[in-house]
Amino acid sequence: MTEKIVTNVEQKLFQNRYQVDSGRPHITVKPHTTPSKQLLALVTTCPAGCYSKNDNGQVEISVDGCFECGTCRVVCAATGEVEWNYPRGGFGVAYKFG
Amino acid sequence: MTEHFDAIVVGAGPAGNAAAYTMAKAGLNVLQLERGEYPGAKNVQGAILYADPLDKLIPDFREEAPLERHVIEQRMWMLDDTSYVGMHYRSEDFNEQRPNRYTIIRAQFDKWFSRQVRAAGALVLCETTVTELIRDDEGRVIGVRTDRGEEPVYASVVILGEGVNGLLGQRAGLRTELKPDHVALAAKEMHFLPQDVLESRFNLKGNEGVVIEAMGTVTAGMIGTGFIYTNRESLSIGIGCLVSDFVDSGTTPYGLLEAFKHHPSIEPLLRGSEVKEYSAHLIPEGGYKAVPELYGDGWLVVGDAGHFVNGVHREGSNLAITTGRVAGETVIALKAAGQPMNKKNLRSYKHALDQSFVMKDLKKYKDLPSFMHKNRHLFDLYPKLMSQATQSWFRVDGTDKLSKEREIIGEFRKQRGFAGLLGDAFKMMRVWR
Repeated sequence: MTEKIVTNVEQKLFQNRYQVDSGRPHITVKPHTTPSKQLLALVTTCPAGCYSKNDNGQVEISVDGCFECGTCRVVCAATGEVEWNYPRGGFGVAYKFG
Repeated sequence: MTEHFDAIVVGAGPAGNAAAYTMAKAGLNVLQLERGEYPGAKNVQGAILYADPLDKLIPDFREEAPLERHVIEQRMWMLDDTSYVGMHYRSEDFNEQRPNRYTIIRAQFDKWFSRQVRAAGALVLCETTVTELIRDDEGRVIGVRTDRGEEPVYASVVILGEGVNGLLGQRAGLRTELKPDHVALAAKEMHFLPQDVLESRFNLKGNEGVVIEAMGTVTAGMIGTGFIYTNRESLSIGIGCLVSDFVDSGTTPYGLLEAFKHHPSIEPLLRGSEVKEYSAHLIPEGGYKAVPELYGDGWLVVGDAGHFVNGVHREGSNLAITTGRVAGETVIALKAAGQPMNKKNLRSYKHALDQSFVMKDLKKYKDLPSFMHKNRHLFDLYPKLMSQATQSWFRVDGTDKLSKEREIIGEFRKQRGFAGLLGDAFKMMRVWR
């Protein structure tokens, strides 16, 4: 595997079905000036690419593509930077196959 | 809703469904709550269904359940960047009247299972997230609160089949948060192919199916495995590694999946397929030592929430269905005897699991998770050495066989050392026994 494989996660998510709960994100990142190592790692570790680093070096989340897998909660459990809940009943990802 | 139920089951996965089905069938008044739009909406699995635990609940499930293919062949591959060394087992004996395992598609299977639960008499409510366990003054769990209305719902016992994240139990203090090195994150895709193409590509006829389990450099030095399962007209392909390894390495799960798909041994199997879904899920991989408290005053834990996964054999849904059934039977027996659902009496659930394959198997491999942490070369160095050795053995190039043997053995000794090789073999035997 010598060639570099470029992955566009947004394109992958496009196939999925979601019931987005507009204005009520089930996961939030606590306000911070400098993210911890764990929070920063979510930019690569989140399987849906929900986390990104903004121009000020802070980590932001957009939950629309979230799988509710729990990885970010587990990773940041020790730092407390991620507030994680299940979406309201019926909202969030709805797998056709799973 | 101020009705009092015999039992509330949280979650409509295999564990919750098995528990609800068992109790409803025995005439208990059961409420089951599922946060998804339909059962299976939130669930991800490879997926292999092992028939035995379901046989014990619904003996004629083969006639109606949405099963994809029965597995007649297992391929275990050790990959390096350009090759694989494989061990395959295929047998006509698996083409039997009551096959032992099937590939399934979880969203479809879970819906079917849930219909059986309803038919057995349980009240199943979807689109309902349980937000809190209600406890009385003495700390006994007596019911739940949901995001559907303010009114709590009460029951003699709450069975928690809430899945790997287990937020409800955690927030009630029944167990602690998962540790990053106790859970794997798996990313998966569904690839569709015309049925005849799939069957000729995998050497299958009728409903026969193949399972490929892969380890090696495809996990980029992380602890994990990849898989391909044949469904009727699709392939489930996925790869999972420990969450702590993803964090430390900065590897993206989708990048890892993409690289796995592009491996020269994998790519031809997928060629021309249409991807219809991308998903990800956590898998409990901490083994026996990560199993939390399983029972208490007014509550029991089943399935992934109880960390019931045998990582070595890639078994999970069978442990889920079995723990769900045993939990249901425990509640039925206590109710029949007029006994309260307290911690002392619910201990019989744990006792029954200890006597079954569930705890015996988890216990057998109790040291394996920590062994793998300390022996990462099993996932990286050994696949490379195996490939080199095999290639050298098969390549005819004028070198005599004795020199080839010496070269192969020399390479193993150089890379791992004589003591290292011997130590690995010894340690492997110890954690396996």
